[in-house]
Amino acid sequence: MFRIALLMLFRDKAKYAMLISGLTFCSLLMSQQAGVFCGIMMWTTATLRNISSPVWVVDAKVQQINEVISLRDIDVQRVRSLPGVAWAVPLFWGIVQARLPDGSFQAIQLTGLDSSSFTGRPAVMLEGRVEDLRLPNSVIVDQVALEKLHRKGIDARIGTTFEINDEEARIVGICHTERSFLGQPYVYTTYERALQYMPAQRKMLAYVLAEPKPGVSPQEVVRQVNALPGLRAFDHDTFFRETMIWYIKNTGIPVSFGTVVLMGIIVGIAIAGQTFYLFVHDNLRYLAALKAMGAGTTKLVGMVLLQAFTTGFIGYGLGLGLAAIFGNSVLRNGTPPFYMPWQVPVFVGVVIALICSFSAAIGVAKVARLEAATVFK
Amino acid sequence: MSTSEPAVICRDVVKTYGKGEIAVRALKGVSLEARFGELLMIVGPSGCGKTTLLSVMCGTLRADSGTIELFGKSISSMPERELTAFRARNVGFIFQQFNLVPTLTAQENVSIPRLLNGAPYATAQQDAGAMLAQVGLGGREKSFPSQMSGGQQQRVAISRAMVHQPRLVICDEPTASLDAAAGQRAMDLLRESARHPDRCVIVVTHDSRIFHYADRIVEMDDGLVTASQTASDYLRDHPHPHPQPKSHA
Ligand SMILES: Nc1ncnc2c1ncn2[C@@H]1O[C@H](COP(=O)(O)OP(=O)(O)O)[C@@H](O)[C@H]1O
Ligand SMILES: [Mg+2]
Repeated sequence: MFRIALLMLFRDKAKYAMLISGLTFCSLLMSQQAGVFCGIMMWTTATLRNISSPVWVVDAKVQQINEVISLRDIDVQRVRSLPGVAWAVPLFWGIVQARLPDGSFQAIQLTGLDSSSFTGRPAVMLEGRVEDLRLPNSVIVDQVALEKLHRKGIDARIGTTFEINDEEARIVGICHTERSFLGQPYVYTTYERALQYMPAQRKMLAYVLAEPKPGVSPQEVVRQVNALPGLRAFDHDTFFRETMIWYIKNTGIPVSFGTVVLMGIIVGIAIAGQTFYLFVHDNLRYLAALKAMGAGTTKLVGMVLLQAFTTGFIGYGLGLGLAAIFGNSVLRNGTPPFYMPWQVPVFVGVVIALICSFSAAIGVAKVARLEAATVFK
Repeated sequence: MSTSEPAVICRDVVKTYGKGEIAVRALKGVSLEARFGELLMIVGPSGCGKTTLLSVMCGTLRADSGTIELFGKSISSMPERELTAFRARNVGFIFQQFNLVPTLTAQENVSIPRLLNGAPYATAQQDAGAMLAQVGLGGREKSFPSQMSGGQQQRVAISRAMVHQPRLVICDEPTASLDAAAGQRAMDLLRESARHPDRCVIVVTHDSRIFHYADRIVEMDDGLVTASQTASDYLRDHPHPHPQPKSHA
């Protein structure tokens, strides 16, 4: 009889199409919006992924990674002197205008690494070596910088030079980074040279990156740092989480995406619920005949559930597929950001299942109350 | 098997719809018997309780009091689940409005009772196809109800009522939506099927054009059985304008 139930569903073409398109639209909207939302959330934590460090030490007032308050040189020493710390290095972090060969300006994310260890070095080098930063006036730029230059008609390669505050910067390497929230290109150099590039400004010793001694957990180092007045530390995962939570709490981003997702759910419920109601309603007479002919309530309810969840499953698959196509095409451009962790399909699946349950419940209620005797009317 | 074995026994069946002032006493103590190998007609004016009696007889509606026995088994106290399965096995239905599922082909519609009795899908389709051929609809297996005439649709419905070889076939006004020729054709099939010694066919009707197909005619009025006669006695007592073949039974 389940095959009969599916035939009844698929052959009711108008309603079937309506159900599928409603549920497809709903799951597309939800997964696409959730994907863009997660993408933006990933932007906010790009620094954490571009610069790897087990422990991050920041000013005590800092709540998330994109909030930059400069530390004092002495703070590096204070962290180094903690018992659990193997070593600690400063990281220069500042946004500065670079003057390009054509005379135009471009804001860059200047990142100054400790010149002996290069802690916080780019994870993926496309060309050149990080060690070449020891050469005079050398910088490493990321793929974003190349794209921006390319758009201005400058084909940058190793050896290309530009200026930062009238000081020459020569490209010795090209790396791959994850795009940050503001989208400035990353330019890596040494800590000392970063200070040369930005002498007039307040020093941007934004982070101290620390490594625990063998056998000491990052959490233990965090505890030790937090005991120092004026400093605060995060282990990598906590910083990641706290940054996300900060954006969720303090920006309108989740609300605006949440609203669209909610609209998707409402549209889904409205279209699917209503159409399914009509579908069951129009078939009620035949369902009553089946009941008279000896189909038990359990069987009829099973048929209705099968019909509801089949449409849900197909709509879910189509919606997710379309979202993946969307995601794939925008990933090539980089904007809007798109990232779909496994939680998104699960979440969308659960919502679609709830919508189907809701639709089915309407049908099931009708079928359960169905009097077989009404078929003679 | 004896052709006079009772297939259906109803004793003092009472059924009231609603409560208090709006209560309608549809059956006021109906007793009747229908035998295997018999085509029994229940006739009477509209609203006299014929449909209610059919519903109570097959257990789609519960009687308030009285007993109903089908093939020696009392259904009055049978649990709902058991009764449903019992109906799936033993009863075939034919409705005035055919009630064929419009999105299913003739063959799929006919296969339903076999599927409800647990037959594999392919077997059920095969049986349905054979049944359709028997009622002269070979070649129309893949037609949808909307592509068929009323008479053809009712023959599909008859196939559906017979495909699982039920012992009881109940028909509520099977010819009311059909023209005379199609009605006769449908009744020919029902008449034929009632010759089976293990089957009893009960037809509710007020279509006097088909009275002569009955073996016996039970007359109802206002919730009570008022008479029970052989068809020939009934037709002799109730002459009417339709031309009748001389005898059928
Ligand atoms: N579901 C119902 N609720 C209330 N009254 C009903 C219902 N079904 C039938 N009746 C009443 O019961 C009586 C018998 O109806 P029915 O068995 O349908 O008669 P018939 O089939 O002979 O025309 C009628 O008076 C009818 O109005
Ligand atoms: Mg009636």
